[in-house]
Amino acid sequence: MHEKTLAQLSGALGARAVSAVELTRAFLDRIEHFSELNSFITVTAERALEQAAAADARIAAGNSTALTGIPLAHKDIFCTAGVKTSCGSRMLDDFVSPYDAFVVERLAAAGAVMLGKTNMDEFAMGSSNETSYYGVARNPWDPARVPGGSSGGSAAAVAARLCCAATGTDTGGSVRQPAALSGVTGVKPTYGRVSRYGMIAFASSLDQAGTLTHTAEDAALLLEVIAGFDARDSTSLEEDVPPYSQLIDAPWERVTIGVPENFFEEGLDAGVAAAVHAALREYEKLGATLKSIRLANVHLSVPAYYVVAPAEASSNLSRFDGVRYGHRAADALGGGLARFYKRNRGEGFGAEVKRRILTGTYVLSAGYYDAYYLQAQKVRRLISDDFARAFAEVDMIAGPTTPTPAFRIGQKTGDPIAMYLNDIYTIGANLAGLPAMSIPCGFASGLPVGLQLIGPHFGEARLLNAAHQYQLATDWHLRAPAGYPPGFAE
Amino acid sequence: MALAVEEIQKLADLARLEISAGEAADVSAKLSAIVGLVDQLAAVDTAAVRPMAHPLSRTQRLRPDTVTERDEHEAYQRNAPAVERGLYLVPKVIE
Repeated sequence: MHEKTLAQLSGALGARAVSAVELTRAFLDRIEHFSELNSFITVTAERALEQAAAADARIAAGNSTALTGIPLAHKDIFCTAGVKTSCGSRMLDDFVSPYDAFVVERLAAAGAVMLGKTNMDEFAMGSSNETSYYGVARNPWDPARVPGGSSGGSAAAVAARLCCAATGTDTGGSVRQPAALSGVTGVKPTYGRVSRYGMIAFASSLDQAGTLTHTAEDAALLLEVIAGFDARDSTSLEEDVPPYSQLIDAPWERVTIGVPENFFEEGLDAGVAAAVHAALREYEKLGATLKSIRLANVHLSVPAYYVVAPAEASSNLSRFDGVRYGHRAADALGGGLARFYKRNRGEGFGAEVKRRILTGTYVLSAGYYDAYYLQAQKVRRLISDDFARAFAEVDMIAGPTTPTPAFRIGQKTGDPIAMYLNDIYTIGANLAGLPAMSIPCGFASGLPVGLQLIGPHFGEARLLNAAHQYQLATDWHLRAPAGYPPGFAE
Repeated sequence: MALAVEEIQKLADLARLEISAGEAADVSAKLSAIVGLVDQLAAVDTAAVRPMAHPLSRTQRLRPDTVTERDEHEAYQRNAPAVERGLYLVPKVIE
């Protein structure tokens, strides 16, 4: 059962071939059996079984949805009422959220079952799940390697079949990059498509909720439930939500796919390049026309991002002061207010988070604001305009999601720049607010490789359609890691 | 451009973060590397470019000035480290 996609499980539940309770128990057993992956921070077993029982009642009564009874996991960045929400940080180690995030509300209303909260880089800052206060999450394809980040736990859990879908967030690539490294399908919608209410903020002009699933079809089923206007998020857009799960089967129009030449320059692993080129040839066989394009300023994505994101983070994380919630150091009192804040924050935050807050403080400080923050905002405009110009000539853009396959745990932690360069291909879509996704397209040195598709604003339906056509013609997305044998807990 | 340890401490002060003497050297080295990375932006000609703060070009949505929230302080204060009579306890602020 755990081998099946969300769509297949939905069918099985609807046909009463399996009950939601049986399915939930099977996944909970599997989570426990493979706990060495460390992909969950909190497992909500009792609650999950209650939700599953309610889902079975709903299915029996005939008023279920496609997601009723589906066991999934939420990245621990989404507030879940009555459940610990840590954001991967000591700062929120004892925080029990008093409310549900919009994404959580919507999926619960559809009848989905929450298995638990997944591991992540602390405050979503990282590309490997190595900055989590709760320890590294492991890649089921090779547990000595990272699953990617920051949504590493979600990607690893889906890849290891510990749940059939999970939510994630993507600020610089944190859904797509772990999807690529862990061999699953990851979608980042258009900025403003999915409400950020209840999603702990890292960089508010970049953050977006996304999905980790086996297939584009599954992503479509989730996206049509979580997309939509929410008055509680001032950046939520009032665009109609297309019926994504129906549109994936739309007749495959002859699309023109732009391939950025500058995504294939030095720094790209040869095995990754080979798998991506093979995927592009597959798209040609499916009737697409490839067109070489040049995104002239995209090499500035990483520097621009590492000004803008830390700047916004330094502002967003100033709320964590140990006053109303969050970590309070044992010796915080008795030295004045400034020392109180410094002790709580110094102890509550990990090293990467502190580095980013300091970077943000630096680039926003008097004398540096124009040279860094303002300049980065202008470069952001240049990068965004490059994409807009490209979309006047092509329907979507394709290329590698990451420069390398999954790297070893500890390999890049000593060098922040080397770590940041993992997001070299993904960051552009966040800066421009564009929808983008990663789908499995092959292997390099036995490790998964992701193909990235980027679309114009609100182009999710077309991206999902393109991904689905590829997944009908290939089976990379159905491969499972050998260490996680099928047939367990059937 | 390298950041000296003193500058790190000044930034830490502004950000209300504690950086121990032991951490400071490593933070200084890593932050200097990051600033080196972002210094690449300086070479870009942006004279005629409007800054982009946000991917959306929309204006802030407004709502009627009516009370819509309920008093839920008990639920929210369950996570507070120190609370008394509905008030958060903090070190003395005014000397």
